[in-house]
Amino acid sequence: MTATPLLSVRNLAKHYVHGHGFFGLGKRTVKAVQDVSFDIARGETLSLVGESGCGKSTVGKAIAGLHPATHGEILLNGKPITSPEYKAGQLWHRKVQVVFQDPYSSLDPRMRVRDIIAEPLKNFGLAKDRQDLNAQIARLIDLVRLPRDSADRYPHEFSGGQRQRIGIARALAPNPELIICDEAVSALDVSVKAQIVNLLADLRNELGLALLFISHDLAIVDHITDRVAVMYLGRIVEIGSRNEIFDNPKHPYTRALLSAVPMVDPAARRERIILKGELPSPFNPPSGCTFRTRCPLAQDLCAHDIPRLTPVGGNQQAACHLLPMAPATIA
Amino acid sequence: MRTSRFAENPAVATPLPDILEERIPRSGLLGMIQRNISVTIGLAGIAIIIFIGICAPWLGTVDPLSINPAMRTRPPSAEHFFGTDALGRDLWSRVLYGTRVSLTVGFSVAALATGIGVLLGVMAGYIRAAEGLIMRAMDAVMSIPSILLAIALVALIRPSVSNVIFAITVAEVPRVARLVRSVVISLRELAWVEAGIVSGSNSTKIILRHILPNAAAPIIVQATYICASAMIIEATLSFIGAGTPASIPSWGNIMAEGRSLWQVKPLIVLIPAAFLSATVLAVNVVGDGLRDALDSRLVKDI
Repeated sequence: MTATPLLSVRNLAKHYVHGHGFFGLGKRTVKAVQDVSFDIARGETLSLVGESGCGKSTVGKAIAGLHPATHGEILLNGKPITSPEYKAGQLWHRKVQVVFQDPYSSLDPRMRVRDIIAEPLKNFGLAKDRQDLNAQIARLIDLVRLPRDSADRYPHEFSGGQRQRIGIARALAPNPELIICDEAVSALDVSVKAQIVNLLADLRNELGLALLFISHDLAIVDHITDRVAVMYLGRIVEIGSRNEIFDNPKHPYTRALLSAVPMVDPAARRERIILKGELPSPFNPPSGCTFRTRCPLAQDLCAHDIPRLTPVGGNQQAACHLLPMAPATIA
Repeated sequence: MRTSRFAENPAVATPLPDILEERIPRSGLLGMIQRNISVTIGLAGIAIIIFIGICAPWLGTVDPLSINPAMRTRPPSAEHFFGTDALGRDLWSRVLYGTRVSLTVGFSVAALATGIGVLLGVMAGYIRAAEGLIMRAMDAVMSIPSILLAIALVALIRPSVSNVIFAITVAEVPRVARLVRSVVISLRELAWVEAGIVSGSNSTKIILRHILPNAAAPIIVQATYICASAMIIEATLSFIGAGTPASIPSWGNIMAEGRSLWQVKPLIVLIPAAFLSATVLAVNVVGDGLRDALDSRLVKDI
């Protein structure tokens, strides 16, 4: 690929300092995200999956510009997030928008839907005058299939799914190039979840948006995504196209994750790989491969070196010491 | 698009109706107050007290400072509704004019302490670097009982109504600052604030449009309590002679001067005390009612 990807994340790391030590004593650092790199092409959907606490939302917030990265670079159209060009007029926020997880806490309860959607339009100077502003708000409300008279209502008058539509309308308002959906449908009922995912898919196709879809729900991810990156304890352990990851997972963690997806058809039971133990504390991650403490295949080698993402065929990459040797013995 | 392996999803979202059902009109603050009987009573009480304060010269009063040695410590009569004090001054006039002092002090302190406290609290809650400095300073002020602090401040500067207001404000600011800081910190972490940042709002806009409107309810309730507490502190200061100068008829001063005659002429103390209690009660009732009416999780925490 020679074309510049829309978004490039290079060696992103995010460390949080925990606790107020006495003059810096006793402070502990959580390495929430380490050495994460990936690209998203224009119009492409990449899903970031993993269990709670694996750092996927932290990656999303760093890309959204809500938390500065500790190390590494985030580039949009080849220019870093820290460049003066993006800082001026908060252009980064204009191009990279977020749909938040909780449709209840992500809308200011004291603002009308009109004002919520107008906020980015006004801040980024995208409305010529009052009439233009109203026209744009009406267009966005139509775009997310909300009732026409929604604009003058308050968020509490809407259901969870409708609120999420308001959140999507707000994210679409400044005409972004990338939308980060941070667990955007996790808080919704199953039926509403499907509607919102379909709406996101429709809008992506209509508007040519790129999506970073952060989720732990693999069924939803399978429905919407082009590529998948699997995270475990702050690192990407496997990345590849949807078909590669879902049909032919290489990393033992990805295999365990996929085997845990509930099946509708009881006859079609798969063999389940049940992981032992809990997610290790991010304060004190295991040496070498962070997954080795729960990996059914772990060997001595895994405790020494941190495995790097290596190509395992096609566009698929996995970070596991054992893969190049014996991919077939895992299953 | 290929269908999911895991579950069948509906192909298209079901369309929503074009128009939502008719909504109940928002009643707003006025409606909430009307539905709350105690707020109505409290507001009526405050209205009467304010009316008395403003209209004191036209309510059958004479000069509250004019001394009449021939008419000392008279019982209530048609000429002197509440009787006279030890110097023969008309108690009715003195109590009615005293309303002005209490109201001025109460409302000024509430406004000033809330204003300064909100400013400091927002700074402490939003700017991490400022938090330690501001909050430790507030802790230091709070570690001194507010009455003692006010006495010390009034002793340092000349006693006058404005200095009493200043002293009580200094003592009350930390309470507001603490409250506002905690509310700001809890709001700052909410997703809608992050949504505001993503929507391109700078810190000033985030504070003015997202944080302060949502923090208004607990701040308003706190302001009413400060108003009541300031009136009591003012009366206490005057009573012990550390507040409003004796030449100004304030309820605390009237009570202080009536103290020596307490056993023979209890009315001189009881009447201003009753006015003070009624005013403070009215303000507190309104505060409680507002807390219930503005029913939100944050307000309940006070």
